[in-house]
Amino acid sequence: MTDFAADPITALVRLTEKVALELVYSEAGKDIGLLPLNCLLSEIEEQVSLLVLPDEVKQAVKIARGWIDEVFESTGVFEQPVLDRLSQWSQWMLEVLPVAQSGQPLPPCDFLAPTASVPAAAASHAKEMGADPDEPILLNLEGDGELLREFINESYEHLQNIEGGVLVLEENPTDAETLNSIFRAFHTFKGGSGFLNLKPVNHLAHELESLLDLARQHKLTITSEIIDLILAGRDSLKLFVTEIEFQLTEQKPRAPISFPIQHLISRVLTVTTGSQAATTRPAPAAAASAPVVPLFLAEEPAAQVKLAIVPEANTPPAPELQVLKSTAGALSVKVDTSKLDSLVDLVGEMVIAQSLVAQDPYLKRDQNQQLTRNLAQLGRITKDLQRAAMSLRMVPIKSTFQKMTRLVRDLSSQESKQVQLVLSGEDTELDRTIVEEISDPLVHMVRNSVDHGVERPDVRLARGKSAHGTIQLRACHQGGSIVIQIEDDGGGLNKERILAKAIQQGLIPADAQLPEGEIYKLIFQPGFSTAEKVTSISGRGVGMDVVRRNIDKLRGRIEITSTLGVGSCFTIYLPLTLAIIDGLLISVGRERYILPTLSVRESFRPTPQMLSSLNESSEMVLVRGKLIPLLRLADHFEVPDAVSNPMEGLVVVVESNGQARCLLVDHLLGKQEVVIKSLGETFKHARSLAGAAILGDGKVGLILNVDSLVRLQPDRLPLAA
Amino acid sequence: MLADQIETRADAVRTVGGKYLTFVLGRASYGIDVLKIREIIRLVEFTTVPQMPDFVKGVINLRGKIIPVVDLRLKFRLSSAESTERTCIVVVQVDVANGVKTLMGLVVDSVEEVLNIGQNDIEAPPDFGTKLDTSYILGMAKIKGVVKTLLDINRVMTAESLLAIDQSLARV
Repeated sequence: MTDFAADPITALVRLTEKVALELVYSEAGKDIGLLPLNCLLSEIEEQVSLLVLPDEVKQAVKIARGWIDEVFESTGVFEQPVLDRLSQWSQWMLEVLPVAQSGQPLPPCDFLAPTASVPAAAASHAKEMGADPDEPILLNLEGDGELLREFINESYEHLQNIEGGVLVLEENPTDAETLNSIFRAFHTFKGGSGFLNLKPVNHLAHELESLLDLARQHKLTITSEIIDLILAGRDSLKLFVTEIEFQLTEQKPRAPISFPIQHLISRVLTVTTGSQAATTRPAPAAAASAPVVPLFLAEEPAAQVKLAIVPEANTPPAPELQVLKSTAGALSVKVDTSKLDSLVDLVGEMVIAQSLVAQDPYLKRDQNQQLTRNLAQLGRITKDLQRAAMSLRMVPIKSTFQKMTRLVRDLSSQESKQVQLVLSGEDTELDRTIVEEISDPLVHMVRNSVDHGVERPDVRLARGKSAHGTIQLRACHQGGSIVIQIEDDGGGLNKERILAKAIQQGLIPADAQLPEGEIYKLIFQPGFSTAEKVTSISGRGVGMDVVRRNIDKLRGRIEITSTLGVGSCFTIYLPLTLAIIDGLLISVGRERYILPTLSVRESFRPTPQMLSSLNESSEMVLVRGKLIPLLRLADHFEVPDAVSNPMEGLVVVVESNGQARCLLVDHLLGKQEVVIKSLGETFKHARSLAGAAILGDGKVGLILNVDSLVRLQPDRLPLAA
Repeated sequence: MLADQIETRADAVRTVGGKYLTFVLGRASYGIDVLKIREIIRLVEFTTVPQMPDFVKGVINLRGKIIPVVDLRLKFRLSSAESTERTCIVVVQVDVANGVKTLMGLVVDSVEEVLNIGQNDIEAPPDFGTKLDTSYILGMAKIKGVVKTLLDINRVMTAESLLAIDQSLARV
C-alpha cells in the first residue's frame, strides 16, 4: 500500500530494494526467489512504463526481465552469472532512479553495453538450449500425467490455430492479428513444454516463436518459404504431441521420444539471423558463429527481440503457469465425449420414463386438470432437453475443411499445379462422429481432384482456361441431410476411358450398357484407377473404394456429375446425425424389429397373382413388373407363431445398394425416430442386425441391417432351391 | 504361452480369498467376486436376439444401455426352470478381450448373500479329467458344510460363450 502512496519513483526504489533483498537469498543452482523476482520485475516494468524515464532505465528493466525469462526457459534455476548481473542491475537502478527524472547524465552501466555480460549469457544460453535439441524426451507419466494431458489438449488447439493462421497469412502476409495469434500459440507451447521439461519441443517452439516475433515487428517478410517453415515446425511439434499422447493413453512409457528437429532449427535460424543481419547493423563475429544470436542481440537496445516475448507488462507472474490455466474467457468448455454420450443416454431414458408416466392408464383415468397441465409441461421440457442434448453432439465442419486447405496447398506445390480451394458453408453443423469419419474420404477426394482433376497450368492455358484451377468445397443442409460437395474445374471424368478400363479389368462385361451415373460410379470399385502413372499422391486404385465404403458406413451416398474438359462434381449426402434414424417398426410373431425408413421402398399385402415360386421353393413377388425374392423374416430369425401365409401378412420391399428384397412381416406398427445403440462386443458379428434401440415402452428393439438382408445368398434363404 | 496360463491360474488360486456374492442355480450354490458385480435387478422382459445359442436369452435395456443376458442354467447345461419371484438378473462386468469391458446380465434362480471367504476355506477345483472343463472355476469354498463353486466370470462369459455366439452367427 505504502509503495503506491508514495511518489512513483520512491515506489520503484522500494521495489528495486526488494529485488536486492531477494537476491541476497538466492543461490546458484536453486530456484529460490525466482518467482518473487519475476513478480517484482513485472511490477517494476509496469511502473516504469507509466513514467517518463530515460530510455536507458526502461531498457535496463527489459533486459532484467529477459534474464529472468531466460532462467525460466532454460534450467529453471539460477546460475551465478545471472545472479551477479542481477545484483549489479539492482545497484545501478538504485543509483539511477533518484536522479532519473532530473535530466542528469546517468551513470554508466555494464550490461547496457553491447558486449559485456549479455553475450556471455547468450553463449551460456546457447550451450543450454543448443546442447542437443534432438535429446529424447522421457515422460514422467505418473507425476506429470494430468499436466501432460492438459498440455496435449491445449496443444491440439494451438496446432490448429497455427495451421489456420498460416493459411490466412498466405493470403495476407502482414495480418498483425494472425501473426500475433501464431506467435502466442508458439509461445504457449514453449511455456508448457518448458514447464514439463520437454526440451526438444521447448527448443523448437522457442525458435519458431522468435521467427514469428521478427515478423511481428516487421523485420521479416512472410514468404512462402517461411510459411513452409512454420508448417514444417507445426508438423514436428505435432509429431511430439501425438507421441506423448499415445504414451499417455497407453499408460506405459514405451521409449524415449525423439524426432529429428536439428535441421529444422537450423533452417529457422538461417532465416532469423539472415533477417537480423539485414535489418540491423552487421552482426558481430561472435554472434555470427553462435547460432542463437537472434535470441539475444545485444547490438542495439531496440533490437532486444527476446524481450518482446512478454507481450504485456501485466503478464501473469510465471509465464509457464499460463498453460495450466484454461484459456480464460473461452466460450466453450471441453467435455469428455463419454460423459456427453452418457448424458444423451440418460436423456433418452428420461424421455421414455416421461412417456411412460404420461401414458399411465391409472393417471389417465384420474382426469385432474392440474395434473394434466403439469404432465404437459413436463413433456415439453423433456422434449427441449432432448433436443438440446442432441445438439451437443453437433460440431461445425470447419476444422475438417481447414485441413483440406492445407492439403491442397501442399499437393499443388508438390505437383507444380496452381490450385485454389474455395470453402463455403464451413459453419454447417453435423454429428461429431460424422465429422471425424468424413475426414478421410474428403482427403482422398480432394487429393483426387488435385491429382487427376485439375490440369497442369500449361494444359489449362492450352484449353483456354485460366492457369489457376479452382476446387470448391461446400457444405449445407438440404432437407433432412447434410450435403458436401467437391467441385473442380479440371478435366472432368472421361467416360470412355473409365468404361474401357473397367472392361479391361473385368469389372463389367464388354457389352455392358450403363447409364452415365453408373459409369462414373465404377471409379469406386476396388482396385480401379484410370491414372496412367502411379504418383505419390494417388493412382494406385485404392482410395475411391475407401471413400465409398466410408460413406456407406455413415449411411450416406455419393453422386457424381461431370463434363469432359469442364470439371466434375462429387456430391456426398449424409444423415444429420448417426445417433438417430427414422425407423419403421414391424412385428414378426411376438418380436418387433426396426427397419431404417431410408431403405424401405414400399409395403403392401400381396395378392395371389403376385406370388410365384421357382421349383416350388424359392419364392418371388412380382412388384411392378419386377420379380423380387421373398425373405420370410420369421423363418430366417426362427421366430415362432408368425404369419406364414403372405396373403395374411405384409410384404415390405427393402433396397440397399441397388439390390431389393421383399420381407414378409406380420404387421407394420408405425414410424418412429429411434436412437441407435450398439449391441456391444458380444454381438459384433451379428450381421443381420445393425444395432438396437430403446422403444417407447422402454424395451429394446433390434434394428435390422438391410444391407446384409438383401445380400443373403439365395442358397442361404430358407426354402432354397 | 501355456506356461503363462498355468502361471496365472496358479496366481488366481492363490489370491481368490475375499468377498463373494453367492447365488443359487438348481440345487448348487455359486459365488462371484463382488468387485465384478454391478447391480442386481429383478427379471425384466428380454428382447430375443435371433440366431443365438439358447443360453443367450437376449438383450435388455439397463437405463439406456443395452446389455446381453445369459441364462446361467442353460449355460451350465442344467435343466431350464420356470422363473419365480426370486429369479433375478445379476449384472456383471466382464473383460471381453484386450481390456474391453462390457456389462452382461446373468439369470440366476436367486441370490443369497455376500460372504467373506477366507483363503483357507478355498480348495483348488477338483480334477474331473477331460470330462468336465473346470477352467472357469476359481476354487471350491466350504462354508458351514456347504460347498460353493467360485466362478471366474471372465472365463465363464468370454472364451467359450463368445465362440459359441460367433459360431451360431457364422451359420447364417
